[in-house]
Amino acid sequence: MQTAVRAVVTFVILLAGWQMVVWITGVAFFILPGPIRVLNSLVQNLELISVHAATTFLEIVLGLIYGCSLGMISAISLSWFPKVRHWLLPLLVVAQAIPVFALAPVLVLWLGYGLASKVMMASLIIFFPVTATFLDGLRRTDPGWLDLAHTMTAGQSTSHRWTILRHIRIPAALPTLASGLRVAAAVAPIGAVVGEWVGSSAGLGYLMLHANGRMQIDLLFAALFVLAGMAVALFFSLDWLLRRLLPWQPDSLPND
Amino acid sequence: MSAQHTTDAMVNSAVGIELRRGTLVFGDKTVFKNLDLDVPAGRTTCLLGPSGVGKSSLLRMIAGLSPEAKAHKLTADDDAPIQGRIAYMDQRDLLLPWLSVLENVTLGAKLRHEHPSREKAVALLRRVGLEDEAEASPAELSGGMRQRAALARTLMEDRPIVLMDEPFSAVDALTRLHLQDLAAEVLVGRTVMLVTHDPLEALRLGHRILVLRGEPAQLAPLIEPAGQPPRPAGDPALHGQAAGILRDLAG
Repeated sequence: MQTAVRAVVTFVILLAGWQMVVWITGVAFFILPGPIRVLNSLVQNLELISVHAATTFLEIVLGLIYGCSLGMISAISLSWFPKVRHWLLPLLVVAQAIPVFALAPVLVLWLGYGLASKVMMASLIIFFPVTATFLDGLRRTDPGWLDLAHTMTAGQSTSHRWTILRHIRIPAALPTLASGLRVAAAVAPIGAVVGEWVGSSAGLGYLMLHANGRMQIDLLFAALFVLAGMAVALFFSLDWLLRRLLPWQPDSLPND
Repeated sequence: MSAQHTTDAMVNSAVGIELRRGTLVFGDKTVFKNLDLDVPAGRTTCLLGPSGVGKSSLLRMIAGLSPEAKAHKLTADDDAPIQGRIAYMDQRDLLLPWLSVLENVTLGAKLRHEHPSREKAVALLRRVGLEDEAEASPAELSGGMRQRAALARTLMEDRPIVLMDEPFSAVDALTRLHLQDLAAEVLVGRTVMLVTHDPLEALRLGHRILVLRGEPAQLAPLIEPAGQPPRPAGDPALHGQAAGILRDLAG
């Protein structure tokens, strides 16, 4: 709670500083509008911004769902099939270094100006951190737990590999997966907006480009703030949810 | 009493362990070679030795957790395989943090797709003094309580052979004494092999004490202390013997 209050206070001070800069330098409003002008624009264009925000939100959520599901499935497959892992893991590590954004024009070319290319863009950049963190977690199960499970299931006729994956490896990997999901929530909006910049007719990224072209910098900032608010809200709701679902997870954030 | 009944059944079905020409080599280090070991049925055998000598490796080999190890023969003394007849307890409690204490105790049944008996698990938790913590998460327990939960899980497995690797070394001295008394009480009738670095613990709990030392390591029978375990911790004779063993190990 205290952290939240501090964050709000810092934010208000930054806004005030911004307004001071605008007043003191007398910079033109079509170069840098003050926060009050941005707020006005937000109120006046609320309907327009909401429509575009809804599109971007849908792209982000769909991208998160597809990207996270694909990432989790591929992490489990890679941990299950060592041979596949030996061939694909180096590729996966290298692929992480590729700037996926550079693919945006191709995706728009292939999938069109609509939702699909943006969802694909967001899924792609989410896929790598989710796969990498989850796979890492699956491979780092405490050997003591596996030994224990081994002595408990030894001498049984059926194979217990799947049971051990389900009851020990996967739950043990959930805290690391959670950190991958947090990264995913943070980068998903970037993927969606980059997709919109390259080619679209809706979404906050499109609205920002459009406003920029018409010197409506206050509208651009208003859209930017809504986008930022959305991204922050998404991140913190996911973070809250993950903390509730994984109560045994040690709190990684220092409190001081 | 059903617990007493279980104990009687255990005594009748107790099996010993026979190891012949056990060999364990890690890289160019021979931990032990052609090692013979007999663990008598229904009694507690303590394995002492300087750290790093391979006590845990020997225990893990018997538990089937050491794929590098080779043996001419490793069976129960009825010549049937040992696999599936052991319960293993580690120095760390190895409780799964996402399960409740009760769910941890019944983990083995879940992994074997059996229906665990909740009544039995609750009875065992009562026996180790954790009946009020059944629904708690392991993180809420103290170190001693966690180790008691691990002991309940070991008993829940209801195996004739129990292998313990320094099970009480991570708790404070007073808790350790309580846990030793509890373990001696609940493990009566089972074939127990207990690895420890603490001569006093071995003297309190062991019907028989073995020492592993040398490189490659050799087993030496040491003593069969008088009286029945658990022997009282305050007994001066026990402390004298422990000091003697320590001198022996050091020299």
